[in-house]
Amino acid sequence: MTAVDASRNAAARERSGLGVFTQDALLQIFLIANTFIMLFPILVMVLNGFKTNAEIFSSPFALPNFQNLSNFEAIATGTSFVRYLFNSVLVTGLSIGFILILGTMAAYAIARYAFRGSGLLLLFFIAGLTVPLKLAIIPLFILMRDLGLLDTQFSLICVYTAMGLPSTVFIMTGFIRTLPRDLEDAARMDGASEFKIMRSVILPLARPAMVIAAIQNLVPIWNDFFFPLVFIQTESLKTLPQGLTTFMGEYNTNWGVLFAGLTLAAAPITLVYIVLSRQFINGMTSGAVK
Amino acid sequence: MSSVVIDDVRKSYGGVEVMHGVSVDIPDGSFVVLVGPSGCGKSTLLRMIAGLEEISGGTISIGDEVVNDVVAKDRDIAMVFQSYALYPHMTIFDNMDFSLKLRGLSKAERKERIDKAAGILGLRELLDRKPSALSGGQRQRVAMGRAIVREPKVFLFDEPLSNLDAKLRVEMRSEIKALQHRLDTTTIYVTHDQIEAMTMGDRIVVMRDGRVEQCDTPLNLYDRPANLFVAEFIGSPSMNFVPGRFRHEGAERWLETEDGLHLPLPPDAAGEEGRRVVYGFRPEHLVLGDGLPATIELVEPTGAETMVLLKLGVAEVTGVFRERIVEPEGATLEVWPDPARVHLFDPDTGMRLA
Repeated sequence: MTAVDASRNAAARERSGLGVFTQDALLQIFLIANTFIMLFPILVMVLNGFKTNAEIFSSPFALPNFQNLSNFEAIATGTSFVRYLFNSVLVTGLSIGFILILGTMAAYAIARYAFRGSGLLLLFFIAGLTVPLKLAIIPLFILMRDLGLLDTQFSLICVYTAMGLPSTVFIMTGFIRTLPRDLEDAARMDGASEFKIMRSVILPLARPAMVIAAIQNLVPIWNDFFFPLVFIQTESLKTLPQGLTTFMGEYNTNWGVLFAGLTLAAAPITLVYIVLSRQFINGMTSGAVK
Repeated sequence: MSSVVIDDVRKSYGGVEVMHGVSVDIPDGSFVVLVGPSGCGKSTLLRMIAGLEEISGGTISIGDEVVNDVVAKDRDIAMVFQSYALYPHMTIFDNMDFSLKLRGLSKAERKERIDKAAGILGLRELLDRKPSALSGGQRQRVAMGRAIVREPKVFLFDEPLSNLDAKLRVEMRSEIKALQHRLDTTTIYVTHDQIEAMTMGDRIVVMRDGRVEQCDTPLNLYDRPANLFVAEFIGSPSMNFVPGRFRHEGAERWLETEDGLHLPLPPDAAGEEGRRVVYGFRPEHLVLGDGLPATIELVEPTGAETMVLLKLGVAEVTGVFRERIVEPEGATLEVWPDPARVHLFDPDTGMRLA
């Protein structure tokens, strides 16, 4: 064995031994700490959902009696929680639906059809990323008033769709451009119409990117408090974040009920998130093109 | 099944013309290969026949119908892509079924056609798999299966074998050819590999820079190349070229090279004294014994034959011999071009002199 070989082997041992171990350990510690920081408030929220006000103030971090479901009963019977939940699902679902349909169609056109101004159109969409929509609340309010949409859920759906389109068009255009053009040509030769190509070839292949776009828009829309606060007055049209504020009184708040409500409000979105991320991972591994 | 007639077809991008009036007649049921170096326009021509590229000028007819304004999906042509372009999210069965479903064939007929194609191509066991679970050769077969289930008027192949390894390529070459004979469907095949072109085509169209250089049967291309480009492009190793002049002395005629060597002319060669020509002969038509002394520069034995790089005067020429060459590099061999198989070209136009 030459000297060069020996030193190379020594270097390899060094890399595979202590150095990598310390590096991995540090990474693991960092990740575990991060997980803890992220999960702790959620855990406190869930635990306190099972406590009375007095228990929360005396021992905020203690384990509760999980048989005590009185807060959840109070929500189910004494509040409009189910109504708010339904409204939130409706508004979020329709918004995401519109965002994906319109965003994917726009992205497909921009990515694939060579037409004058396609670059400008993409820039126009991306420019939307830089505009904080909340700054435009007064013109938006006037617009909604003139359109007669104030105090309807459609006003929220419009705003959310507009809000979600820039990032969706951006993500989808980038993704569709990576799909091989030959696939579309093959489908064209097979006798498929443009619409059929979009539906049977592009959409199934673009699903991973659509899931990313959906997740990316789902959370801010579900959690949004600002636009419902401005646009919605009628009690029966309120969404969850807005509705939950009715649990907070001016002088006293039933924290236990509020935490239980928050837990229930966070549950669906968490579930959807978990399901979609599974799909997303599947999509990443199974779709291999060539 | 249909004939394809390409008449004075032109293609421009922006204001730049890249295809300058290509005309080719492809008779019904024939196997035509478009061959040429990359960038010669062969793939563009194929895509224009397919309807995937617009035609800037001229006409393309399939059967008796001019198809310039018929969109790809209505042309009833099947195409096999270089990347195979299998739908990755569909099983092999669904890949082949896609076009049949679109035409609204009955379930029983679709199943029967796919089963038949899968039988021909040996894909029966793979029908439930996705393309990602197949090897390169299997994907290639699926791509062909997808084309043949449709029973189209014309098959187009766009360099279908270039992603396969050498052994598989040779196998698929004969498979495709056998398949074409069996189905008797008009086939247009694009390749840059002249061996593929020579072995597969009934006729070969040699293209360069958006023009057809020659269109003929494989052996005619080899025996009577129309110009210097075709002469050099067809055949491997390629033809040797030596510039020189015609010389007469009584009944005696020969070619004098620039450094004064005398080379034999073919019996029918005619030309005035002193005319400049390019003298071409294939490496395999150089014979050993009693001729001109040439210095060996490099010997490459392949077993069956030996390829030798020689210095003939100032010219470098390649010879391929059935005999084993045992002489070392630097030694001298006596060689002679077979005069009956010598080609003469005009040095200015590059065209063949009859």
